Amino acid sequence: MHLSREEERAYQGEEGESLRRAMEILVALGDIYGADRLIPVRSVQVAGVSFKTIGEAGLEWISDLRGRVVVSAVLNPAGMDLTRWQKMGIDERFAKKQLEIVEAYRRLGVSPDCTCTPYQIRPELARRGDHLAWSESSAVSFANSVIGAKTNREGGPSALAAALVGKTPRYGYHIEEKRVPTINIAVEADLKPSDYGILGYIIGKEVGDGVPRFIFRKRPDVDDLKALGAAMAASGSVALYYFDEEAPAAPKGSEEILVSDRDLQDVRQECAPDDEVDVVAIGCPHSSERELAEVARLLEGNKVERELWICTARATAERRSDLVGKIERSGARVFCDTCMVVSPASDRYRKMMVNSGKALAYIPTLCKMKAAYGSVEECVRAATRRV
Amino acid sequence: MEIRCHRISGGKATGPALVTEEPISFLGTVDPETGEVVDPGHQLFGKAVAGKVLIFPGGKGSTVGSYVIYQLKKRGIAPAAMINIRSEPIVAVGAIISGIPLVDGVDAGILATRDGTILMVDADREVIRVDEP
Repeated sequence: MHLSREEERAYQGEEGESLRRAMEILVALGDIYGADRLIPVRSVQVAGVSFKTIGEAGLEWISDLRGRVVVSAVLNPAGMDLTRWQKMGIDERFAKKQLEIVEAYRRLGVSPDCTCTPYQIRPELARRGDHLAWSESSAVSFANSVIGAKTNREGGPSALAAALVGKTPRYGYHIEEKRVPTINIAVEADLKPSDYGILGYIIGKEVGDGVPRFIFRKRPDVDDLKALGAAMAASGSVALYYFDEEAPAAPKGSEEILVSDRDLQDVRQECAPDDEVDVVAIGCPHSSERELAEVARLLEGNKVERELWICTARATAERRSDLVGKIERSGARVFCDTCMVVSPASDRYRKMMVNSGKALAYIPTLCKMKAAYGSVEECVRAATRRV
Repeated sequence: MEIRCHRISGGKATGPALVTEEPISFLGTVDPETGEVVDPGHQLFGKAVAGKVLIFPGGKGSTVGSYVIYQLKKRGIAPAAMINIRSEPIVAVGAIISGIPLVDGVDAGILATRDGTILMVDADREVIRVDEP
């Protein structure tokens, strides 16, 4: 990989130990993936935040680092709501470690916004055509596919290295030739909003790390796309997909998958909720303002009978404290900075109902709990036991 | 004998070889508190990685494995150096953040090295020196 004179100096350690290590990470990854050079990034989203995921090992590494990020950097969701963790049933030892992790990142200049949807709270972090170094799989998918920015899926250390250097190696989804669709997906069904998570759950398993090009009957809206991409990145490892009528089709001879209403119904039936559901969680990826408004409307005049969590970014909750108030009057809880997948708060339940294809894919493995799926209306109904 | 290799993580270290033909997922396979291979399904089960020149085809598994390598290093029970046929990001990043020399780009014949053979890995100069017994 070619390095500029300035980059070479940092790589040789002339700018200090932290930058040397950061450069070494970027160069090693660039070599492994065949990058020709480093390119500047607009922003970074750093993975490796939840103490549940990175443990003592990760905390030690971040705490030992010195230096300062040179581009805007935000965090992935943490293992708990950073202020209301007691209400989640998080124990003090875990909370202490989790707060230490966020503090260690803050000392490096990383903003303590812990969210899988940085694009919902700070749109300036990613514009069409920008190169980014983002980590969280659903955010990566959204940035590449909906915003039209360019990012690979970074690990924790490589994202932090990109933030310290302000650059990332040019390979993978930073290169136009790697962004060509590989498979066509014809969706022959009239989709409701809650179908997109299921569709993504099905297609992710089919295409793995391919680049699907969808043909829809009707253009999906932004929350539909968020749910679709998140599910494909969880059941598979799709980091880029196309949905626009203008988008190029996969080249001639590529595989094509037809999805019918029947396919969606099959998964729905398989994952239908039953009496075993003891917790309901909405907000994977983090709820948008519009989704919060929808939940508030559905909960109006109702009391929850089962635990109901709504996960969102702190900035979203603060901007719409009116909606948070309405939701919590029902007994439901709005949690920030975290989600049902990365928090150990989920561990004490047996079966979680979700409206997310991503959570449906992850909960059985990462939380060792059964999962059920329904629309946001069905989730609220299950939590309030209205028939 | 000197073998050419490719630097992933800089530095220089000497130690006895510990060799496996199986990829290693550090998370779950190596205990970060003891440095022992605790996965009964792994060829190296029961062996300790501390101070060894660990030779394996490459990494696999969870990205948390990078931090496990770091934890081993802080406990003083990490490998002295590592040699891969082809490094992947988890082990590469783990070695770099831990300051453990790591090289790749060597012929698969290196996997026939006998355990205990003394090797010197000089990642900066991109050579491995083998002391014949």
